[in-house]
Amino acid sequence: MQGIPDSYSDYIAWEQLPHLWCAGCGHGIILKGIILALGELDIPPHKALLATGIGCSGRAGDYIACHRFQGTHGRTLAFATGIAAAQPDLTIIAFMGDGDAGAIGGNHLIHAARRNINITAVISNNFNYGMTGGQFSPLTPENSITSTSRSGKSESIMDICSIAAEAGANYVAKTTVYHVRELHKFLKEAISTKGFSLVEVISPCPTYYGRYNKIGNSPEMLNWLKETALPLEKFQSLSHEEKQKFFWRGKLVQRSREDFLNKYKKQQSAMK
Amino acid sequence: MENKQYPFYIDPKLCKKCGLCIAFCPTKVYITGEDDLPKIEHPEKCISCKMCFYRCPDFAIRLKPEVA
Ligand code: SF4
Ligand code: SF4
Ligand code: SF4
Repeated sequence: MQGIPDSYSDYIAWEQLPHLWCAGCGHGIILKGIILALGELDIPPHKALLATGIGCSGRAGDYIACHRFQGTHGRTLAFATGIAAAQPDLTIIAFMGDGDAGAIGGNHLIHAARRNINITAVISNNFNYGMTGGQFSPLTPENSITSTSRSGKSESIMDICSIAAEAGANYVAKTTVYHVRELHKFLKEAISTKGFSLVEVISPCPTYYGRYNKIGNSPEMLNWLKETALPLEKFQSLSHEEKQKFFWRGKLVQRSREDFLNKYKKQQSAMK
Repeated sequence: MENKQYPFYIDPKLCKKCGLCIAFCPTKVYITGEDDLPKIEHPEKCISCKMCFYRCPDFAIRLKPEVA
């Protein structure tokens, strides 16, 4: 296919499709983005591993034909860290939901970033726990209606990108599934960056978040993301009050701090 | 002129009728067809941007039916 990497078809476990995600769920758009990015970077399926957690996004491994691993809820990055240490030649993508990455796995995320282990974390942030009925996560915006916040979420939102950047990640970016070209660019850059990378992708869960918050179906949710996700500089120029109504998208960090394994190996050989 | 390869084949077994391809094709190549499946109504208007392919969450949009 013109402009589509040859490995695209090899990467998909066609026999497992159709997948279990609802119509218009964004997980499939992100999974496809990962597959296209790996293909464009000439990384063949036997050189890549997709590690997932629990929840709707956790099923992603069933639909991909590279190495895969499904860990317990929130522990994806802990398992992926072990895999990265044992198999440094593999390209490792940890695909997580917002609950996985921000709540149960928040601690793992901070330390994976601090350790700067060579993993690309891709967070499909749909603002709720879809598989269990739409409960809010730390990444759900304040005042959102969810099945555990019927009158609006009282807590404020957790900015996972800033946390990862502060902890030491080499690459941090955020976009939405509407901005699909930007998504592909960020995924490619993240995978190419040595050390810990994180790409947060705001993604529709029309079944719960879209319905509860009266945003609508998947096309309506993408239109909403188109209107509400502003380029980072523009977002930063808003007042605190205005910021509550919008999201930012863009690249927060790109640097080349030495990754964990490189440094560790150097220190080991210096001892000999 | 670019070698025209689009629009694509839509696999009715995979499509979940989410409507993203219909809603966001910049030149309105698709319409809602029978059983709410997207229908390639105006192939001549396709500008090969591949947005429909990229945004289809169900791997339903492909170039050829025999790919799988
Ligand atoms: S419940 Fe939400 S997150 Fe889960 S598959 Fe459906 S749309 Fe996707
Ligand atoms: S490639 Fe672009 S113009 Fe052609 S059908 Fe798809 S979205 Fe429309
Ligand atoms: S985007 Fe894909 S799943 Fe959605 S209606 Fe179009 S072909 Fe079907």
